[in-house]
Amino acid sequence: MNLSRKWLTEFVDGVSVSDIDDREFAEAMTLSGSKVETYEDLGAEINNVLVGRILSLERHPNSDHMWICRIDVGGDEPVQIVTGAWNIHTGDLVPAALHNSTLPGGKKITKGKLRGELSNGMLCSLRELNLDERDFPYAVIKAAALLNDYHPLDAEKPSIPADIKAGDKVFGPVVAAKALAVETVGVNVYKCSLDIGASTVDVETDCQNIHEGDMVAYNTKAASICTLDDLRAQQAEFPHCISDGIFVLHEDGVKPGDDIRPVIGADDHVIEFEITPNRPDCLSVIGLAREAAATFGKELKLHEPEVKGGADGRLDELLKVEVPAEELCPRYTARMVRNVRIGPSPKWMRERLRAMGVRPINNIVDITNYVMMEYGQPMHAFDYRYVKGGKIIVRRAGDGEELTTLDGNVRKLTSNMLVIADDTRAVGLAGIMGGENSEIVSDTVDVVFESANFDGTCIRKGALALGMRTEASAKFEKGLDPMNTLPAVNRACELVEMLGAGEVVDGVIDVVNKLPEPTVLALRPDKVNALLGTDVPVARMQEILRSLQFGVNGETVSVPSWRADVEHYSDLAEEVARFFGYNNIPCTLVHGESTLGGYSDEQLLEQQLGSLCRAAGYDEIITYSFISPSYYDKIRWASDDPRRKSFRILNPLGEDTSIMRTTTLPSMLEILTRNYNYRNKAARLYELGRIYQLGGEDGLAVESKMLTLGTYGPKASFFGLKGLIEAVMKDIRAKDVHFEACADNPSYHPGRCATVWAGSDCIGVFGQIHPLVAANYGVDAEFYCAELALDELMLARGEDPVYTPLPKFPAVTRDIAVVCDISIPVARLIDCIMTSGGEYLKGCSLFDIYTGSHIAPGKKSVAFSITMRSDDQTLTDDHAEETMKAVLTALEQKFGAIIR
Amino acid sequence: MKALMQELKDKALKAIVEADSLESLEALRIKYLGKKGELTAILKQMGRLSAEERPIMGQLANQLRAELESSIETTRAKLEAAALEARLKLEAVDVTIPGDELKLGHKHPMYKALDEIKDIFVGMGFTVLDGPEVELASYNFDKLNAGEGHPSRDWSDTFYFDEDSRVMLRSQTSPMQVRAMETMKLPIRIVAPGRVYRKDEVDATHSPMFHQVEGMVIDKGVTMADLKGTLNLVMEQLFGEGTVTRFRPHHFPFTEPSCEMDVQCHKCGGKGCPTCKGEGWIEVLGAGMIHPKVLEMSGIDSEEYTGWAFGMGLERLAMRRFKISDLRLIFENDVRFLEQF
Repeated sequence: MNLSRKWLTEFVDGVSVSDIDDREFAEAMTLSGSKVETYEDLGAEINNVLVGRILSLERHPNSDHMWICRIDVGGDEPVQIVTGAWNIHTGDLVPAALHNSTLPGGKKITKGKLRGELSNGMLCSLRELNLDERDFPYAVIKAAALLNDYHPLDAEKPSIPADIKAGDKVFGPVVAAKALAVETVGVNVYKCSLDIGASTVDVETDCQNIHEGDMVAYNTKAASICTLDDLRAQQAEFPHCISDGIFVLHEDGVKPGDDIRPVIGADDHVIEFEITPNRPDCLSVIGLAREAAATFGKELKLHEPEVKGGADGRLDELLKVEVPAEELCPRYTARMVRNVRIGPSPKWMRERLRAMGVRPINNIVDITNYVMMEYGQPMHAFDYRYVKGGKIIVRRAGDGEELTTLDGNVRKLTSNMLVIADDTRAVGLAGIMGGENSEIVSDTVDVVFESANFDGTCIRKGALALGMRTEASAKFEKGLDPMNTLPAVNRACELVEMLGAGEVVDGVIDVVNKLPEPTVLALRPDKVNALLGTDVPVARMQEILRSLQFGVNGETVSVPSWRADVEHYSDLAEEVARFFGYNNIPCTLVHGESTLGGYSDEQLLEQQLGSLCRAAGYDEIITYSFISPSYYDKIRWASDDPRRKSFRILNPLGEDTSIMRTTTLPSMLEILTRNYNYRNKAARLYELGRIYQLGGEDGLAVESKMLTLGTYGPKASFFGLKGLIEAVMKDIRAKDVHFEACADNPSYHPGRCATVWAGSDCIGVFGQIHPLVAANYGVDAEFYCAELALDELMLARGEDPVYTPLPKFPAVTRDIAVVCDISIPVARLIDCIMTSGGEYLKGCSLFDIYTGSHIAPGKKSVAFSITMRSDDQTLTDDHAEETMKAVLTALEQKFGAIIR
Repeated sequence: MKALMQELKDKALKAIVEADSLESLEALRIKYLGKKGELTAILKQMGRLSAEERPIMGQLANQLRAELESSIETTRAKLEAAALEARLKLEAVDVTIPGDELKLGHKHPMYKALDEIKDIFVGMGFTVLDGPEVELASYNFDKLNAGEGHPSRDWSDTFYFDEDSRVMLRSQTSPMQVRAMETMKLPIRIVAPGRVYRKDEVDATHSPMFHQVEGMVIDKGVTMADLKGTLNLVMEQLFGEGTVTRFRPHHFPFTEPSCEMDVQCHKCGGKGCPTCKGEGWIEVLGAGMIHPKVLEMSGIDSEEYTGWAFGMGLERLAMRRFKISDLRLIFENDVRFLEQF
């Protein structure tokens, strides 16, 4: 929401730019709750540009198109400025950018010579002042075809001879005529004395580029001077006869030497606010004026619109309003204006609209926009001619009904949308945009002003569905004050009368379906102070509320209709806090009953696992929880794999983020691949992230956490990863940990994949990623991954350690190597050794596996270091021998493993 | 004999002092003091001495032995010290050669920032809560006073799993407030960090998935002054002592009064610079007193209990904390990025 600070001063004294600068104003408004995004001095870029009067004008001796002007800019001496524009005349007031001046866009003007003639600056066009014809409609330039500017397209075959003289025929009734004198007789009206050969004629023209000595084409029949169009000439033939030039001012009370900024409305400052959705009342000048008045402790001066009325006809005969969709339209207020004179609106109105970011269009449309800005009440104006049957019907659209909106687009509607219709068809999309079929045009005679209140949700959904959020819909969707429709429509009619834009018909049509009950609250000062932790006196609270136009009677507070957001004492507390100052509230610490706080066991486990992974050199990653369904294909899950059943987002950003993952593997593979493609030599990554499975309570997901590990690089290997997993299991003191070969997981290498177990619970899976999966990621490298379920790790956590006494007697170590079938897993040999060794056997560790020469094909040699010890004596050789014999016998019996 | 001993003494002491290695020293010891050494050889002549002379000579011999032994020990110590010094010299290393690499992993910067916050609150007696990301709209919106028609419920803003807009991806961590109120005993002090989801296209400052941390206190007599004091303390811990903050009025459906908290721009000290977009302040979080309606909806008597809550975006905090310029880096997980933290 933009706010013109000049407009604001209409309602609040003492808050002009000269009273409070922009920064201070912005700071104070922000701290009282109206957050300022930016502020701008509209004239900041314009400097040293003054109003000048053209004292004399002579042709540049060394140029075919430039003029040398002597300009009175209020100083002792006139200044000389050279210009290439042809639309100026002696006596004109023009914007003169003097030496060392600046213009919008950062353009700098300095003096210099133009073809030998000194120019002390530049005369400005509208565009050079960042304006256009809609800001100053009178500044439209019309050019006559000057024969002395004629440049034939084909030099061999000119249409007009170079030596043409006054009175020579051009074609038909058109003859060459020489301007003997040109006199300005009104705004854009010039009297030219023309020599047409045999005689002279005086003719009035609105072409601005004719000067004494110019040769024009004069239509003797129409008694008018020809433009390019009249001659059917191309622009290239008359390169300097263009509808562009200097902005000639026609403003009252302007004199040479005046600063141009106030003249063109560039002396305003604009504040841009971020208005929160609970405060639609602040989407208006009056709403912000109310806040500003309370913020700066100034009086708010509001004005009651007064309408004279008296136009012909009776409103109830001219117009009927029916609201069948009453649930979507709490109030519909309308008035009529007859005999409108469509034209530009006055400068002050155009300037204010422009400052607020609204383009001026014509007086009637500008009035609706002006009222919308001032009151925050969107207005619409229809051409009465096109309201068939003199009846306005506010109804739901038919499904599939079409309407061409003002922007020229054909809109297909649904019954969830609200339209303004006549007897036969829709003429507007309620609260969003008018229809093209009832638009205000230059010959509009009778106008209907609509000032209605529509259901916010309906407007919001409609605007969203049609993709056309407008200024009006953005206001309606927040829920507007239904009490505002009547003052707004009256203000529009008042402005019509003020601008002389038409005659207002007496009376108002006001269909009221539902008005909110006024809210009355108890102030409860003690509760307010208790909530805020303050000691604000009741009188101060009352003063604050009164300044916001709340009705205050003792401790009873009547909430104004535009403050639908206030419905509880805590809302009053906020109003008090805003103006008492949030930063004046003291700072205290949490008090009361103390709480223990801390982390849950699950959170502690996560922290433990994270530390362990980092100690092992793994970096933590964060990946998206949503993936593409095609990722399940990439990790080679069967098309009927039940794990493919995922939560599917119905309105995803794209296919790639459309389902909630039931596995973290694709996320990890994506990150490994990305690092691999970035040519990072190695990566060791872990993620503690969730998977989302169907079947949770209330139709929610079962969200389980996974510890996912992924690595590649020169040191990455199956056993490297297994070592980390073993360390994890050891660190959580899991019991009965074992690993089983897993050949049927489609994502992993069938010969390099294992499941991890703690007792009979499977903790997860790990191994080398299947080369076909790697290929699906476009990678020709060995990726190793692990997926461990946090819930299972949680369950597998062992008990707290209990001290066991250190051994008192020395251990005996024996190394053995046995030869067995290559297919026998080492874990089973170790199990066999540990179970067969008896009480003295304390440990067994693998130290070598060998296949090759001296070992029969299909066999392997496996070497173990075996530790034996007695708890109550030094172990004798006999005991050691017995133990080793038992171990070897068992190995031979169970696996045919023979000592080497 | 006495003369012999004197001669032996002079010769031996000279040789011992001149010994240049432990080996030659040992050879001298054997030569003079060994079983077959020169001293023994002299003593063997004791038998020829008179009974009166014997004890005197014996004493002299013992004295000589002791003297030689002591000299040997002194020289040995000297030679040993020299040998050690020579060895240490030989063993000297170039200490500037890099050590054996111990590759440690790194915590993700986002979680690094989050852990700091969690620890601060845990220190103040807060419990850390975890909750569902696939969430009921009733928890994400209705019970937080954002009823039907609230714009953030639109399908253009929020991800839904069913046509009835009942199950969704939580768009904020605030539903954890409701879950805590419904399940925990009063008084409540919680922080709830986690992933949240909004329908924003990925760019330098937006991501459809990001992280927030929610905090809430409910007790008898909790005030907005408590909110300010506690959050100020947290900011001091995060950004350093003396961090200047301010509170601005704002609007959230589930708090009343509501506020946003700004931290004074560290770069310009509040004067205004590109980092703070000329405002002098950087917004860090939204907060407020829990709306009485929200308390009542979760079965807490709002006449007896009050509470405050805050919600803070973590990515932005981490980005500020570590001067990360682009949000996409957070989710890209390039090891060259991760290993900087």
